Amino acid sequence: MTTPHTAPPAAAAVVPETPVAAKPSLLRLDPAARRVRRTELWLLLLAMAMVAGYLAAVEANMLDTVTMDFWYPAGVLTAVFLALHVVIRLRAPFADPVLVPTVALLNGLGVAFLRRLDLGRAKIDDRPELAIFAGDGGKQLLWTLIAVTGAMVLLWFVRDHREVSKFAWTLGLAGIVLVMLPAVLPGSVSEVNGAKLWIRFGSFFAIQPGEFAKLMLLAFFAYYLVRKREVLALASRRFLGIDFPRGRDLGPVIVVWAMSLLVLIFEKDLGTSLLYFGMFVVTLYIATERVSWLIIGLVLFFGGAVLAYVLAGVVGGPFTNFGQRVEIWLDPFAEPYDRGYQLVQSLMGLGTGGMFGTGPGAGNPLLVPEVRNDFIFAGMGEEVGLFGLAAMLALYLLVVSRGLRAALAVRDSFGKLLAGGLAFTLALQVFVIIGGVSKLIPLTGQTTPFLSAGGSSLVANWLLVALLLRISDAARTPASTGGVRR
Amino acid sequence: MNAPLRRVGVVVMVLFGLLFANLNWVQAYKGNDYRTSPYNGRVQIDEYDRQRGYIMVSNPGSKPIALSTATKNNLKYLRSYPGGAAYAHVIGYKPVNGTATGVEQLENDILSGTSDKLFADRLRDIFTGSHTAGGNVTLTLSKTAQDTAYDQLAKNKLGAKSGAVVALDPNTGAILAMASFPSFDPNPLVAHDGKASDAYKKLEGQAGNPLLNRALQETYPPASTFKVLVSAAALSANRNPDTPLQAGPGYQAPGTSHIIRNATSSTCPEEQLTLKEALTVSCNTAFARLGVELGSQRLNDTARAFGFYDNSLRVGNLSATDRGLRVEESVLGPLTTSSGGDDKPNIAISSIGLNEVRVTPLQNAMVAAAIANGCSQMRPYLIERLVGPDLTTGLYSAAPKELRRSCTTGEAAQLREMMFSVVENGTGKKAQIDGYQVGGKTGTGTADEEANAGSDGWFIGFAMKDGRPVAAVAVILDDAGKGGSGEAARIAGLVMKGVIEDKGGK
Repeated sequence: MTTPHTAPPAAAAVVPETPVAAKPSLLRLDPAARRVRRTELWLLLLAMAMVAGYLAAVEANMLDTVTMDFWYPAGVLTAVFLALHVVIRLRAPFADPVLVPTVALLNGLGVAFLRRLDLGRAKIDDRPELAIFAGDGGKQLLWTLIAVTGAMVLLWFVRDHREVSKFAWTLGLAGIVLVMLPAVLPGSVSEVNGAKLWIRFGSFFAIQPGEFAKLMLLAFFAYYLVRKREVLALASRRFLGIDFPRGRDLGPVIVVWAMSLLVLIFEKDLGTSLLYFGMFVVTLYIATERVSWLIIGLVLFFGGAVLAYVLAGVVGGPFTNFGQRVEIWLDPFAEPYDRGYQLVQSLMGLGTGGMFGTGPGAGNPLLVPEVRNDFIFAGMGEEVGLFGLAAMLALYLLVVSRGLRAALAVRDSFGKLLAGGLAFTLALQVFVIIGGVSKLIPLTGQTTPFLSAGGSSLVANWLLVALLLRISDAARTPASTGGVRR
Repeated sequence: MNAPLRRVGVVVMVLFGLLFANLNWVQAYKGNDYRTSPYNGRVQIDEYDRQRGYIMVSNPGSKPIALSTATKNNLKYLRSYPGGAAYAHVIGYKPVNGTATGVEQLENDILSGTSDKLFADRLRDIFTGSHTAGGNVTLTLSKTAQDTAYDQLAKNKLGAKSGAVVALDPNTGAILAMASFPSFDPNPLVAHDGKASDAYKKLEGQAGNPLLNRALQETYPPASTFKVLVSAAALSANRNPDTPLQAGPGYQAPGTSHIIRNATSSTCPEEQLTLKEALTVSCNTAFARLGVELGSQRLNDTARAFGFYDNSLRVGNLSATDRGLRVEESVLGPLTTSSGGDDKPNIAISSIGLNEVRVTPLQNAMVAAAIANGCSQMRPYLIERLVGPDLTTGLYSAAPKELRRSCTTGEAAQLREMMFSVVENGTGKKAQIDGYQVGGKTGTGTADEEANAGSDGWFIGFAMKDGRPVAAVAVILDDAGKGGSGEAARIAGLVMKGVIEDKGGK
């Protein structure tokens, strides 16, 4: 690899006096690592205080009093994030200190807002009795426990992100299977709200395998493109001034991509299809450093979108859904109580929030359909206003930028590609769903990372964070301790 | 790989910048539009946060006919109308989505509590944090008369499928009863769920158009009730009740081959009878000839004096006469030729209330009321009183206003004598009330005399006691067939009895 070496982060500049880093423990931590982890701890406590404040404000507005109950969800969240903090101290002491507190804040606000929706749905007299693990908020809290545990397990057992590449082919295959599974399964098991994205186990438990497939496919892409990047970048044929790679080098990736896209057409989920496509094109671009890939990607994408819209009008069939979405996007008020209802109500919620919002618990987010899933950002927008949403966008941007930073700083190509891909995937997902609910782009169903109700999304995104933590730890570990340690 | 990674970072910044810019557009720039948009359910939630006021009838101590009760839902109060279909056209309804109708719309500011008159209550709310209910509206309606009017229309003995009743207090113009049949139950229309719009769609598509308030918004040929106006025109032209008129079995107006005949061959076959006798038996030939003699100018002037061609009339609150329930304009139709001279064949048919003469039931009741009140036609109104949420603080009380002078008091007295004769000796006997002097006029006819399509049955009239008018009324049974005017007279008598009952028999 001939990757140019970036300047190590500040923490790495301090050369440790003693070689204790070789076998870190809670007590004998590298002083630089200790400083980093202390920052993380304080930021985490600050984030949890904000979540507690949000929960208290919700109670003040919805119960006209603040019961001591508001501590419980905040307390449980703090406990589980502290546990993660301890695991990071032990297993990734140099990891980026901003990632966990930022994601924890988003996750905590999501739990608090879902609990607020539960309160809104409950009859006024029953509201003070809402149990901590009851309703969507309680479920989300449970899923947070599971998701963070998953992140801890990953950090504990995967000591080096390069180990992931050993399983690349397995992961790639598993990813394809997971993507295809809901399409193959009967609708009664896999269909929810018209999208065949699920595997349901009874009425309570359902997973969205696509959320995990996203990570697996990305790991495969990263592995494969690292192996082939030299070939892809050099052994190209020039056509129309653009360098095209040889078919046989690109074959497997094209196959993976085309198959996932095909299946996604059967699963009627444009958002995820868009996400995979973006993910793929960007990792390809990062790997080959060829702008032509971005251009090809953009042309393919916009050409495809226009073609699908035209086909929707002419042919109908599988394209009808997409055509309708575009029409709703162009003028949601054409059928405000019918097709345009969701988007119109989303805009009403956002608009009602205005600059400062009505305050947590003081709005009517339940008027927005699907406010617990796709439209959670619009629901929150009513209560926290433009200022609150801008702050939340900043939180997402912070997570993404920290991921990209880890990618820049880490030394191995696989790590760079994986971290860059993960960070961009997160950013793209946020853009697709938030742009969708605010009528910037046509709406496609996606979960809002860390906010939307739903276990699969939460677990998958926390695993994504764990991977970023792992890579950032590798990136920030001082060179004297052996580059990537252990 | 770092160069492309940095460029990816730039792309991410651009994407988030777009999101941020768009949120500014949606939340800050368009925020106000969306906040008050008709599609925004929060507007309704705010509105339903405060208990809407009552609507009551004039009878003291009677139960409200529109009220809001607390719910456990998002919208805190549910409107209900215990009076049901009988009051639906007057009160209207206040749906969750869309605009209110009737008095609910007219006095929305008072009922919802947003009126300036309730400013003190709002100011107090700011400090106490409570939501004081809206103000209350008392209508002029007399409960017994209104219930009777609707019930009798709905259960008329001829099976007529539509009709209307208007009863007025001739002294004040207060609307004592206003019923339109068929009607509808307003309760499903104000439901909080999607059933409301289903109920509305169903009503809209229903035969007979139950949503239409026929008392105000439908015009009918007045048929023989129009002879009262022709009589008034005659009196103003120096005739009197004893003026002899030429009658006979048929009348052929100059310039036409069409012969106007009487309803039956036994009606005024004699060559001559007085104006009073002609009205009593409803002699077509005498009135057609009289109309032609009087001429278009006088007929038009008289009609205007009684309220025809008034398209600005609104029925509601006397303090704001430009607002209120809209009343369709009543007209005579063309009575002159293109050269400006009298169109005698048309005048002849119009004089017996057919051809293109059209009146609303309210207009016809106003004719009877004006005559009963010495030709002082009072402005009709529906809102008697507005009071604050405490039910005692008076915000408004109706002060009756004269709308116009319709004729002289002397002419009014002569017209009353003639109309008493109709009920005592003539076609309107079924409207008689013991102990009261009842005057009136029946009418039977269709827009198209020849087609012999179903004919309307009319009665307009009034009841007097000791020389003072008690009530005036107009009843129409649309397409009632034979005996329609007799049935209308019977209903009119019952409605006026209802008014008398509510006034304590006085």
